[in-house]
This record gives sequence, structure tokens and C-alpha cells, in this order.
Amino acid sequence: MTAKLNKRRIKRMTNSALSVSGLRVRRGGRLVVRDVSFEVPRGAVTGLLGPSGCGKTTLMRAIVGVQIVEAGEVAVLGLPAGSPPLRRRIGYATQNPAIYADLTVTEALRYFATILRAPASDVDRVIAEVGLTENARQLIGSLSGGQHSRANLAVALLGKPELLVLDEPTVGLDPVLRDELWALFRRLAGSGATLLVSSHVMDEAARCDRLLLMREGVLLADDSPAVLRERTGTADLEQAFLHLVRTTEVPA
Amino acid sequence: MNPTLTLATTRRILTQLRHDPRTVVMLVVVPTLLMILLRYVFNSTLVFSHVAPALLGVFPFLIMFLIASITTLRERTTGTLERLMTLPIARLDLLFGYALAFGLIAIVQVAVAAAVALTWLGLDLAGSVVMLLVIAALDALLGMALGLFVSAFARTEFQAVQFMPVFVLPQILLCGLFVPRESMGWLLRWLSDVMPLSYAVEALNRVTMSSVIDAVILRNLVVVACCVLLALVLGAATLRRRTP
Repeated sequence: MTAKLNKRRIKRMTNSALSVSGLRVRRGGRLVVRDVSFEVPRGAVTGLLGPSGCGKTTLMRAIVGVQIVEAGEVAVLGLPAGSPPLRRRIGYATQNPAIYADLTVTEALRYFATILRAPASDVDRVIAEVGLTENARQLIGSLSGGQHSRANLAVALLGKPELLVLDEPTVGLDPVLRDELWALFRRLAGSGATLLVSSHVMDEAARCDRLLLMREGVLLADDSPAVLRERTGTADLEQAFLHLVRTTEVPA
Repeated sequence: MNPTLTLATTRRILTQLRHDPRTVVMLVVVPTLLMILLRYVFNSTLVFSHVAPALLGVFPFLIMFLIASITTLRERTTGTLERLMTLPIARLDLLFGYALAFGLIAIVQVAVAAAVALTWLGLDLAGSVVMLLVIAALDALLGMALGLFVSAFARTEFQAVQFMPVFVLPQILLCGLFVPRESMGWLLRWLSDVMPLSYAVEALNRVTMSSVIDAVILRNLVVVACCVLLALVLGAATLRRRTP
């Protein structure tokens, strides 16, 4: 019985794109991620939601392997986070654009494509995917805020990564562009990629297959939007989140 | 290490510079203009010939230190360094990419300054021009490697700029340019001995004065090259994949 359970657990772990257990991170003396555990299934769009400053970015940094963690384990695509083979299999886009402002969109992407050993045709493909074809020869520093963040997102799409970790990719975008990007995320998940997308706007939560709700470094919920609405007896996710915040006590 | 990625990094840095023509013009022209200024301040070919070789090493050293520390600090503060740390590129690919890009710029810079000094300004060179260029380029690389390394300790661009008087000016004061190293007190002499720029300047002076490439020049070249490598490796150690 126990053996069978263990076997099922191991199978579940290897099937998950992401498996986090007991993760604890301290930044500047403050505990910003407190014993967080969850699994993210492959081929789905998982939303990481919570107010600004709740630890979303730190959690994502731990997943891509650039965060020093205090305790816990993070397995990504079956390997410990930060393992060298993962560097070609994860696409990561930070919230603040991390892309050379003094290069054109094409030049910057060509550099990152070379590093990822992605085919040269990938550059035009990702530029088209984020809708920057008309700005391809423009200096990134001269782009608008929304275009700048889409150029940043394009880097994460190079080389067809199996896991995409996107930190607030739609912030500051108009509703049309936001809709287009979510359609793109759906298409990517449809072709087998796993997406972890953070946001602090609840209307994006409904577009996800699964939701992770975070507050003050603690995971409040890990469910599908429908289950979450049902469990909290609320009609919309904003209300569900507020309900969870009020009924869950966060340790000091 | 992967030569493709090193060269891609070099190309990326040179492309960034190409989009900033004013910086390129200043990099190429400013050391030469300073040499011309110096020649007419002294108003004597003899005195000029005495200090010019040292300055052919000092100017690129100083400029490359500044440029390298600001550029790497910018990589850190804009998050591009963290992005690179999540990608399949070795830290040494990044650093050698930088070294190659700035080394190429330094060679152009020194070649222009040396050409003007040797023709128009009447600098007398007894040794080989190639050797002069090699030493001066190595000086520039030394400045670059030191700049890369110390930029890890700067949080803001204000701090990075102020590392220049801290790490560069003492080397210039003690390298034998103002006072012969032999006439310094034991403490200053010792400090001068542990500063890599002193070896570069000594080598430059020897190349100017004699056509013989002697053991001292070769030893000094090795010392400077080792310091460049050491600073690059220390620089690599400051690039962390994981940060707090």
C-alpha cells in the first residue's frame, strides 16, 4: 500500500514540470517565501497571483535558479533548479525588461539566440509572435514601454523552451495586446509548453488552468479557477482571493 | 568556454558601441588630443619624448578602466547580467568577449595616438612599433580587467566612477611617470612594485629608449599579462549565478 502510494507520488513528481517543496527564502533579513510547496503540471498555464511584494518574483527566481534559498527543494523538469542542462530548456522574462536598450530588437534577439543555439529563423519568429515586426530595426531604448516589455518577452520565447517563467508579462499593456499575448500563451501550452505566469490583476486569473495564490510569502491556494470559486462560494476570483485572505492567518 | 559565444559577445558589445558614435569618436580621438596638448605644454621634444611613452600606456589604461566598470555595472543594474546567468553561456565567455571587444578598441586608440606622437609630435622610438602597440594594448586590457573586477563592488554609477581615483590614480602617481621609482622611499617603492602599471610603464620606456628587447621587457610583459588574467578570473568569481 505504502509502496504503491510512493510509486504514485514519484510518478506525479516526474510528470510535473515543476515541483517545489518546503521552499523558504530570506531576502534582506526578511522571510519572503515561507515553506511553500506545490506542483505545476506539464502543458498547462499556471497563474501565480498575489499582491505586489508577496514573493512572486522571488519564487520565480528560485525556479530559474538565480535565487539563493534557505531551505527546501525545487525540481524543474525533473532536475534540481539551476542545473546547467536547464538553461536551454527554460525561458525566463523578468518584470523589468532585461534587454540591451542600445541595440535594435533584431540585434539583441540575435545575440540571445546565438547563446541558446537557437536557429537563426527563431529571431523573426519570436518578433512576429510578440507583434514587433514593424519595430524590428528600431533601437530598443526608443520603443514605448509596452513594446519594450514585449521585446523582453520575445527573448524568453527563443529556442522553444519547455518551461516559460514569465513575471508580469502583460503589465502596462492595452487590452487588445493583453488578449493577443494570452492567446499566444494558450497556443504555446497547446503545443506542449508549460507556463508559469505571474500577475497581480485578478481578471487574468480566469484565463489560467491552475492558480497559485500567494500572500506575504505564503501559498493561500493551489487550485483550478472553478474549484477556487466553488470552495470559497464566490462568483468571481477577486472575491475568492479576498475570502481566502480573510480566512487564512499568515504566521508572523 | 565556447569561441562562438565569446565572439558573439564581442560582436554584441561592438554593435552597442556602434549605436553610440559619440563615444566611439571620443575613444579614438581623446588620447591623441591629450598627447598633442602635452607636447605643446612642455614645448620641447626632449621632455615630451621622456613622458610620452608612459602616457601611451596610461591613457588607454584609464579610459578602459572607466568604460569597463560602467558597462559591467550597467549589465548588473539593468538585469541583463542576471538574464545571461540563466542562459547557457559560461562566465568566462562573457569576460573574454568583453576583453576582446575592448582590446580591439584599445589597439585602434593606441595606434592613432602612437602614429600622431611618432610623426607630428616628434617622439623618438628606438625599439619596434609593434612592441609599443602590444604593451599599450596590454595596458588597456589591464585597465579593462580591473574595471570589470571593481565594478562588482559598486552599487551605483557614482561609486563606480569614484573607484577611478581609488584604483587608478595611485598607480599613475607611483608608476615612475612623475618621480623615478629608484628615488622613492621604501614604502612608496614597495607600493610601486606591487602595482601592475609600474611594470607596463617601465616596459614602454625601455622600448622607446633601446631597440633591444631585453629580459626586463619580457618579464614585465608577463607580469602585466598575469595581472590581466588574474583580474579577469577574479572578475569571473564576482559574477554569481545565484544572488541573495
